[in-house]
Amino acid sequence: MTPETIKPEVWTRKDLLGIAELSAEEITLILDTAESFREVSERPIKKVPTLRGKTVVNLFFEPSTRTRTSFEIAEKRLSADSINMSTSGSSVVKGESLVDTALNLQAMAPDLIVIRHGHPGVPHMLAGRIDAGVINGGDGAHEHPTQALLDAFTIRQHKGKLEGLKVVIVGDIEHSRVVRSNIHLLTKMGASVTLAGPRTMMPVEVEKLGVDVVYTLEEAVAGADVVMMLRIQLERQSRLLFPSVKEYFNLFGLTKARLKRAKRDVIIMHPGPINRGVEIASEVADGSYSVILEQVTNGVAVRMAILYLLSGAHREEG
Amino acid sequence: MRLLIAGGRVVDPSQDLDGLLEVLVEDGWIAQVDEKIRRTKDTEIVDASGFVVAPGLIDMHVHLREPGQEYKETVRTGTLAAAAGGFTAVACMPNTAPPNDNRSVTEHIVAEAGRHGFARVYPIGAVSKGQKGEEMAEIGDMVAAGVVGVSDDGLPVSNAELMRRALSYAQHFDIPVIQHAQDLDLSAGGVMHEGEWSTRLGLSGAPGSAEDVMVARDVILAEDTGGRYHVAHLSTARSLDMVRRAKAQGLAVTCEVTPHHLVLTDEAVAESGFSTHTKMNPPLRSAADREALLNGLADGTVDAIASDHAPHHADEKDVEFDQAPFGVIGVETNLSVCLDRLVRTGIIDLARLIELFSTGPARILKLPGGTLRPDSPADITLFHPNRPITVRAARFRSKALNTPFEGWKLRGRPVATILSGRLLELPT
Amino acid sequence: MPTELKSKKTILDSQQMRRILRRMASEIVERNRGVEDLMLVGIRTRGVPLAETLAAHIEREEGREIPIGILDITLYRDDLSTIAPQPVVKETRLPGDIDGKTVVLCDDVLYTGRTIRAALDALVDYGRPLSVQLAVLVDRGHRELPIQADVVGKRFVVGPEESVEVRFEATDEVEKVMLMEPVEE
Repeated sequence: MTPETIKPEVWTRKDLLGIAELSAEEITLILDTAESFREVSERPIKKVPTLRGKTVVNLFFEPSTRTRTSFEIAEKRLSADSINMSTSGSSVVKGESLVDTALNLQAMAPDLIVIRHGHPGVPHMLAGRIDAGVINGGDGAHEHPTQALLDAFTIRQHKGKLEGLKVVIVGDIEHSRVVRSNIHLLTKMGASVTLAGPRTMMPVEVEKLGVDVVYTLEEAVAGADVVMMLRIQLERQSRLLFPSVKEYFNLFGLTKARLKRAKRDVIIMHPGPINRGVEIASEVADGSYSVILEQVTNGVAVRMAILYLLSGAHREEG
Repeated sequence: MRLLIAGGRVVDPSQDLDGLLEVLVEDGWIAQVDEKIRRTKDTEIVDASGFVVAPGLIDMHVHLREPGQEYKETVRTGTLAAAAGGFTAVACMPNTAPPNDNRSVTEHIVAEAGRHGFARVYPIGAVSKGQKGEEMAEIGDMVAAGVVGVSDDGLPVSNAELMRRALSYAQHFDIPVIQHAQDLDLSAGGVMHEGEWSTRLGLSGAPGSAEDVMVARDVILAEDTGGRYHVAHLSTARSLDMVRRAKAQGLAVTCEVTPHHLVLTDEAVAESGFSTHTKMNPPLRSAADREALLNGLADGTVDAIASDHAPHHADEKDVEFDQAPFGVIGVETNLSVCLDRLVRTGIIDLARLIELFSTGPARILKLPGGTLRPDSPADITLFHPNRPITVRAARFRSKALNTPFEGWKLRGRPVATILSGRLLELPT
Repeated sequence: MPTELKSKKTILDSQQMRRILRRMASEIVERNRGVEDLMLVGIRTRGVPLAETLAAHIEREEGREIPIGILDITLYRDDLSTIAPQPVVKETRLPGDIDGKTVVLCDDVLYTGRTIRAALDALVDYGRPLSVQLAVLVDRGHRELPIQADVVGKRFVVGPEESVEVRFEATDEVEKVMLMEPVEE
């Protein structure tokens, strides 16, 4: 019997498109709901009948085994009918426009759609045209709300709260949707966010989002409660941004030595998949401060909570 | 044929006129402008009470898409849209298919415009053959066919040597070189202005410097060659500043600004929920840039307002923001937008607006219009300075619907245009 | 639903409640001939203080600690697609394996029987108990499913417009059972 210290907001949204538009109360509701779902994954029979008979489509335009599998497991544990639609490349390459894909899908009457796309704004486009609830599984460099929510859940588990913590995010900030969603969530919940990375990978005017910006790992990590490392993909980005992985590791790689300046109970996070020896040394990724694998476990619980909350909301005009 | 426009407020900045005056038109030419003009038996009277009577408005930057892209717009629908918007003349850009880099395409456009007669069309010819930015096009031949300026618009003239030679050569014909200022490397991949909002939205941004470095370079070349240089759709504070200084130095440098850059900022991309009707090139800029442009209107640095009317088919724009082609239309809405958001708000007065829409473009392109001086062609615009209008793309004469102003409630609207002394009746 | 309700009268005061709870605890032990492999599972929300109170009574009499569990049946409700927004889900916590155990479900009020149906479905997903029994403080009749309680505190037949609400010391600072009626418009 835990007494409720926060009165949760009731969930009424049809879609989850980003963190930017959520209130602190809505975020808390998702995290609290996820607590209950964590337990489902620990039982012998990892299933509840809650979404029985509901159709959930995973529409992934960008390849992603990790996020898609996490959603699929969450959907199946809720007894939903989970369908995977993977298409590669943009709609222009494929030959069918995004609008037509949406209309065709709508004609099959799914209940929820999880969409990941390489271009920002696509989930919003879909949500406006389709009756099903839309969950943004990542749209270009814009937002990845479920990732930020599972990150917050993990932090809350270890630290008991988000308010007042110093959270540091390191890497290619410019191209990261994970960082944008995390900035919105953590600042809304009262944590302080510090970004660190090469100057060539720092987006302009990012301080206007309410964060501090530093350009060395040492400065960033000092006194940190949470250190979140982002994946560097030099193959994807142009070499104009950074010369080599070796150079990146020398300047920004998280090693045990560099971690010494953080708080004693610091936790290390990473949205995955990790690049050992590029952004993070193995000794840290596998070390006692790392909660990287817990993030994956929590991802299922958080996604179950989101599917649960979205499946109940009714449309206003019917 | 005598036409007498009476009862209206005549505003003609070229003659410093602003008052209740009458305008007499004879055989397609302005004959007289006076307080009271003698009426004769064969004079047709146009009652302009409550309206403003101005020299025919000129939109010096539109894309008519003909030849080759008639599914987006044609000379007919584009000029019809212009007339509906209160314009008696437009200057059209050469990025058609094939591009207008030779006499025969120019002649086709001029003939088409003449056939329908909704507005005059002054083609802008390409600077380079095929707009490839390598060899100069046959500018002299095009001028003989009716071209009034050259530009590779759609694209910048990236090669500095080519720009230098064009600025020199164009002086033989006394025409301006109009530059779409954009460094293609700095702006590569950018779909909106690089700033706080592109950071928030995770969209690739094109920095203001992409425009500024090219204007800086070109102003130096204009100085060295003595040529006439005009910046198309200028959008940044810094570029405006460079134009201001060039003018102070006495260089023949001019610029135009679009209504959407005067009224919207990059925040509109977020506010509209990634609407592709907020995607154009150059992109909507920061609040500070917009502020600077408004100051430039008031202090005289800006010479003209032009729409950069860029029609696209609805299907082309109904895609992911990243994938959509750049451009918004404007010729049908821009008089109302400017009356409501610039004059009614007190940023500039009516005379200055007419200067920006008429006197300025005529001066830059050395056109016979832009004035109600006697013996000028009788191109006249009548508009109501206050009447309300709601922007509805579905009712546009243009084939395209890509306007950022859908649903806007504005005050001030065009009433009619007179072309060569003929009051135009627009088909529905 | 939901209409505003107000208290019509107190049908059990705190002294009556205490006597009934003591008797229920004894009944549970008597039925099962002891406390071997016994587990009390309270259904959220007020089934939980009921389970705790009964467990405390049994422990005092038998001198053995009785394991207590908390069951949230929200995810097993049969009406989820008709209500909006989604009800708040809380945690389920069971004290270990339920295989082979005698599970006594505890709930404050038994009415249509749908909650118990959901609870049975939930338990089945955790394992295979030896038996499942039901202890309720108030049985107010009007069953919609073939469900019955094994240990009943008090039977009150209550009309569909009225309802019964139970208050416990641990959660509500008072102890009583009230009959509630709708507020007149």
